[in-house]
Amino acid sequence: MLSIRDLERIANRVRRHVVQTVHRVGVGHLGGALSATDILTVLYFHTMRIDPARPDWEDRDRFILSKGHACLALYAVMAERGYFPLEELATFDEVNSRLQGHPDMTATPGIDMSSGSLGQGLSTGVGMVLGAKLLGKSFHTYVMLGDGECQEGQVWEAAFVAARYKLDNLTAILDWNRLQQYGWHTPGDDDQVRQTPDETPAPKWQAFGWHTIELDGHNIGAIMMALQEAQGIKGKPTILIAHTVKGKGVSFMEGNYLWHSRAITNEQLAMALAELDG
Amino acid sequence: MTEEIALRDAFGNALAELGHQNKNVVVLDGDLANSTRVDIFADAHLGRFLEMGIAEQNMIGVAAGLAAVGLIPFVSTFAAFAATRDLDQVRVVVAQPKLNVKICGGYSGILTGRTGKTHQSVEDIAVFRAMPNMVVLAPGDAVETRQVIRAAAEYTGPMYIRLTRDPTPVIFGEDYRFEIGTGVVLRQGDDAAFISTGVQTIRTLEAADMLAAEGVSVYLLHLPTIKPLDEAAIVEAVRRTGCVVTSEDHSISGGLGGAVAETLAEQCPAPMRRIGLRDVFSESGPNEALLEKYRLTAGHIAAAAREVMALKQRL
Repeated sequence: MLSIRDLERIANRVRRHVVQTVHRVGVGHLGGALSATDILTVLYFHTMRIDPARPDWEDRDRFILSKGHACLALYAVMAERGYFPLEELATFDEVNSRLQGHPDMTATPGIDMSSGSLGQGLSTGVGMVLGAKLLGKSFHTYVMLGDGECQEGQVWEAAFVAARYKLDNLTAILDWNRLQQYGWHTPGDDDQVRQTPDETPAPKWQAFGWHTIELDGHNIGAIMMALQEAQGIKGKPTILIAHTVKGKGVSFMEGNYLWHSRAITNEQLAMALAELDG
Repeated sequence: MTEEIALRDAFGNALAELGHQNKNVVVLDGDLANSTRVDIFADAHLGRFLEMGIAEQNMIGVAAGLAAVGLIPFVSTFAAFAATRDLDQVRVVVAQPKLNVKICGGYSGILTGRTGKTHQSVEDIAVFRAMPNMVVLAPGDAVETRQVIRAAAEYTGPMYIRLTRDPTPVIFGEDYRFEIGTGVVLRQGDDAAFISTGVQTIRTLEAADMLAAEGVSVYLLHLPTIKPLDEAAIVEAVRRTGCVVTSEDHSISGGLGGAVAETLAEQCPAPMRRIGLRDVFSESGPNEALLEKYRLTAGHIAAAAREVMALKQRL
């Protein structure tokens, strides 16, 4: 059993992998990968019943990265967890690579569902949970959503159906980092802020019949406890509303919408790695 | 008197039968079960009937999740919605990962019980034909429909099945064997070739009979599979006859006509006419009036044959 400090160290390594890979490839979705890192670390190293040696194990817990553009963090976590060698991260986005620009279940061992076009992952999670019930299986399915992504109507179609079918083996996690890609700004706004408009996700999910848990998405212990609480909720699905910071861990990226997808210079990489020193 | 059975009834019954034989078959409905006739499956296997409500994008995603854990989902809605409303979902979580989802588009073509253009589909074959990894099927009668459903369960991979609403003549006997990717020669003739798909084959057969009465012998190739296309059968039909008319209750762009034209242009160019919707949507109306106005009748098909035969003479 890994301690909180162990998990924090792993998350730190994951962040280093993310910035190094983006630097090597030339451009990548940094901000949303860094905001998701702590949650992904807890899921893959503490919460989920999985076996990297058996990525097709029928009774494994499932994870769907619905905000698929953050896959660098997922790949880094999976590499640390043993699904494939760490060295393979260097092949990200290369031709014939097993690590595609957005999650590809046909390419990467351990990816449970392809994603990339936003708003689709929760639906596929609903399908897995419904399928589990029909097959008499008890595995849990986790779906990570972005907050910009929740602007897609399909997310709410899935939310409605999940509650109607009382899918308590379904846990969603909202990476609530308050930013998206280009963002919203109208005359009079602070042009550099561009915050995603939704100030109150929790009442919306509650109105759809979900149990909600608000937490600090960068506190390992809080994430562990929230996921545990979710497992105990019966008769309705649960969503963790994780308050996160886009670009978390690298000071000049934090809270800055320009780091949604960007190249990193040599100087910026050096600064980032100095901050991510373990 | 030829028996008439609606493809939707054959579909519903075939699914219910399949449900008895294969416990992994599940059916998803978008609040149209009594129209598409998946209610027959619901009556027999309610535990495996998953009502998804009026939310087609989510329905496709749910089907993908079900397929990913080893079940065999049949998604049922109207062809118009299957081919357009949820298309990104089909692309990303069905076609791209090649998940074992069967999408059944009912009420295809323009004969949709007077509901009008929003509920009709003239683009579904074109849309799914252009999408990699999709198998596209359009059975011509109730017998073929039943076999298509069984074949669908045995085939592993994404599939789109085009179905229709109203009772139509049964043209295949119980000894008929449907095979994915194989065209069926229904008339052997030398003067002109008809290549048709789906229920439009019935009107095409009538056109063949009309021409036979005039001493014109027509070769008729029925293609219940538009993708993968039986190119050899198409080329054979046109090598035999030298001219061709394609026939579908669908747009002339991108559907069967488009597929045949692509093949022939590369392998066996010949005079060709396409019967179908001529880049127009249709409208509300009774079936006979629509077929006449939108030029899908046996008379229109036969006239097109005379045109291509005349072109053939001039070459």
